[in-house]
Parts: sequence; structure tokens; C-alpha cells
Amino acid sequence: MGFLSFLTAAHLKFLFDGLLWTVGLSLIAFVGGGLLGFLVALGSSYGPRWSRFAVSIYIKLIQGTPLLVLLPLVYFGLPSLGFNIAPLAAAGIALSVYVSAYLGEIWRGCIASVPRTQAEAAECLALRWHHRVLFVLLPQAMKIATPPTVGFMVQIVKNTSLASAIGFVELARAGQIINNSTFEPFVIFVIVAALYFALCYPLSVLSRRLERSFHVAHR
Amino acid sequence: MSPIVEIRNISKCFGTNRVLEDVSFTVKKGSVVAIIGQSGSGKSTALRCIDRLETVDNGHIKVCGHEVTSDKLDLHQLRRDVGIVFQSYNLFPHLTVEQNIMLAPRLVKKTGKAEARERALAVLTQVGLAEKADSYPSQLSGGQQQRVAIARSLAMQPQLMLFDEVTSALDPQLTGEVLRVMEKLAADGMTMILVTHEMAFARKVADEVIFMHRGRVWEHGPASILDQPATVELRDFVGNGL
Repeated sequence: MGFLSFLTAAHLKFLFDGLLWTVGLSLIAFVGGGLLGFLVALGSSYGPRWSRFAVSIYIKLIQGTPLLVLLPLVYFGLPSLGFNIAPLAAAGIALSVYVSAYLGEIWRGCIASVPRTQAEAAECLALRWHHRVLFVLLPQAMKIATPPTVGFMVQIVKNTSLASAIGFVELARAGQIINNSTFEPFVIFVIVAALYFALCYPLSVLSRRLERSFHVAHR
Repeated sequence: MSPIVEIRNISKCFGTNRVLEDVSFTVKKGSVVAIIGQSGSGKSTALRCIDRLETVDNGHIKVCGHEVTSDKLDLHQLRRDVGIVFQSYNLFPHLTVEQNIMLAPRLVKKTGKAEARERALAVLTQVGLAEKADSYPSQLSGGQQQRVAIARSLAMQPQLMLFDEVTSALDPQLTGEVLRVMEKLAADGMTMILVTHEMAFARKVADEVIFMHRGRVWEHGPASILDQPATVELRDFVGNGL
């Protein structure tokens, strides 16, 4: 393994820390974006007309904005309005907002794909609205939503690399920094790519497997 | 005794298409009424109006004491009193048979778990499917699913049951098993209104037959009108059916 000899233990530690940040940011983005996205999906599926309209504007606005712009907008923009904000909070907010627009739209579609007759049957059994949604419609929508949601997590993991724009040393940035001192770009970035792959590939496999079992269950 | 369903002069349009025109009839408690007619004659729409799944443009409907056509209708109370079974079963696929049946009694009537389970078993026995309590709908045949759907409605102990072409998606054998359940139900005194294409069943079980044609009640009387039609339209309809 002579071609790796330039890497010191400190380099590896540095990369590993970057990897942890990538995982951490992904989890924050997924949890925050999931919660916000759930509200987005509910607002656009069951809300009154004004909320459907507001939510559709929100989705279009966020989906039409690069994450690379959202991140500095939150990190540098909010302090200029008088809100001081830590980098982690800024990244958390920007990633969550970004993810919520996509997950919200995915989940809206899943809610819409539960057959109309299911809601009707529940209505005819005298179930109240919140019972219909909680016990009849959402459980079915969640089943439909699982494969595309897991699939989208792959996008989230890769997109966390953009948090380097506001100073985060996550995996991609850690690779860049090591390269700046070692000048071994090929080796470094192959390692970085392999680490991303190791995070994302299991998710892709899981997503595909879930999709297949979903189709089998609904044949 | 006042009738359990009272429909007076209801009309309804879908766009420019008149689907119900001046329809009136009443249903007495404990009787079985079959609504027959060609596709598009308005029979399913009339049935759905009774449970307010459709609204009417004009006219008056009173069901189990509820003013269905009133703006102040308590929809929730109406649906506690009226059960409906659909052509496409509409069981909840993510729940087992027992859970399907227990859901509404538990949530709506706040029945305790043990009692709800007991009642689920009772209605399942009534439709002959007690051994399927833990199956999922997808593991059942169409006829079995439809019987579960009937059981699910019965578990709410409705005063009136509506059946909207419940055997139209089933082959003759499965149709037979569903009709036997319905016949038993009728014999037990349940008030039933059914939209059906099963003429033999209507003859045998219905106390009254309503023949709808072009959105109107064309003929209305005891099941014997099927054998002595007064109008050409019913004669043609029955003739084609045999």
C-alpha cells in the first residue's frame, strides 16, 4: 500500500471526523426536513385553500433555489437581520428547509395516491376526520412513501457536502483540506468518494428492496 | 309507524345530465327494497343520496329521523345509523379482518377492546368467516372480502343497511355466498335497500321492487311486478335479464 504512505494517522482522523459530520448533518437534515416536510404534506393535502396555496408557493420557491444559495442565505443573511446563529444551526435550518420542500412534495403525492374510496368507506363508518386521517389514510400513505423517502435520503447525504460553503468541515471539505497539504488529489478523492458510496449504497439497496416488496404486496 | 326512509321529489343533475328526476319512495322498518334498472338509470345515485354521499338539487330526504337534505344535518349521527356496502368492498388493506371490523366501534362508539373483539367475532360468525379474523383483506377472495365488508358495517349496529351493487364484481359462486349472507340478514329483520342486478334475488328476498329508468321511478310495487310488468321498459329490462 505504498501509494497511501503519505497519509498520516492525523489525516485519517481528520477524514473520519469529516465523515461523522456528514452523517450528523444528514441526520439533522432528515429529521428536521422530515418534520417540516410532514407539515408541508399535510398543509397541501388536507389544509384549507389558503394553506394549499401557501405551501405550493413554498415548494416552488425552495425547489427553485440552489442549496448552495440557501446555506449562506441563512448563515450570513440572518445575522445581518440581527439574529446571531451558530453554523450548525444555520446548516440545520437551511438543509431542513431544502429537504422539506422535496419530502413534502413526495409525501403529498403518496397521500393523494391512497384511493378516494378508502376515505369514503371510513366516512361511511362515521369516523371523524382526524380518525380517518390517522388510522386509515396516513398508514396507507406511509407504506407507499417508504421507498421514495429512503431513496431521497441518498440525495440528502450527498447534498450535505454543500455545508462546506459555510465553513463546515464535513467529508468532502476534509478531503479538500488534506489534498491542499498533500497534493495527492486522485487518491484523496477516491477515498472520499468511496466513503460517500459506503454511506449511500446501502440506502439505495434498501430503497430498491422496499420498492420491490411494496409491489409484491400490492399485486 | 313512520317510515325509516322518506324520499320526496328529489332531483339531481350532473352538469347538464339529469340523473334523478322527481324521485319519491318510502321504506318501512324491517323491509327489504330492491332498486333495479339499467346502468345510468340513477339507481346508485339515489342510494348514495340516502347516505349523503351525493347531495340533491331539489327535494327532501329523511332517514332514521335525520333530515338528510338539511344544512344542519349531523352527518356523523346519520352515518352511525346507516351502514353501506360498496361494489368494490373498500376494506382497509393495512388492517386485518378483525381490525377492520373493530376500528369504527372502537373509535366512534368508544367500545372497549374486549367487547369490540367479541362483537367482531359475532358479526364474523354471522357472515361465516370467524376463522379469517387474523387474515389481511388481500388474502381473501372477493366474496370473502365482501362478506367482511358487510360484517364491518354490521358491527356498528346500523338501523338501515345500503348495498350498492355488492355482487357485481363477483363470479356466480362468490355471488351466491354473499347473497346468502344478505338473505339471512333480511330474515333477521334488518331494513335493507339494495341496488342490484340479481333479479332472482330481488324476487326472492325483496318486499318491494323499484324499477328506475332515465332517473325516474318507473315502476314501484311488490316483487310480483317483475312477473307482470306494467310498462314496456320493465318488460324489456326483465326480458333481457333472463
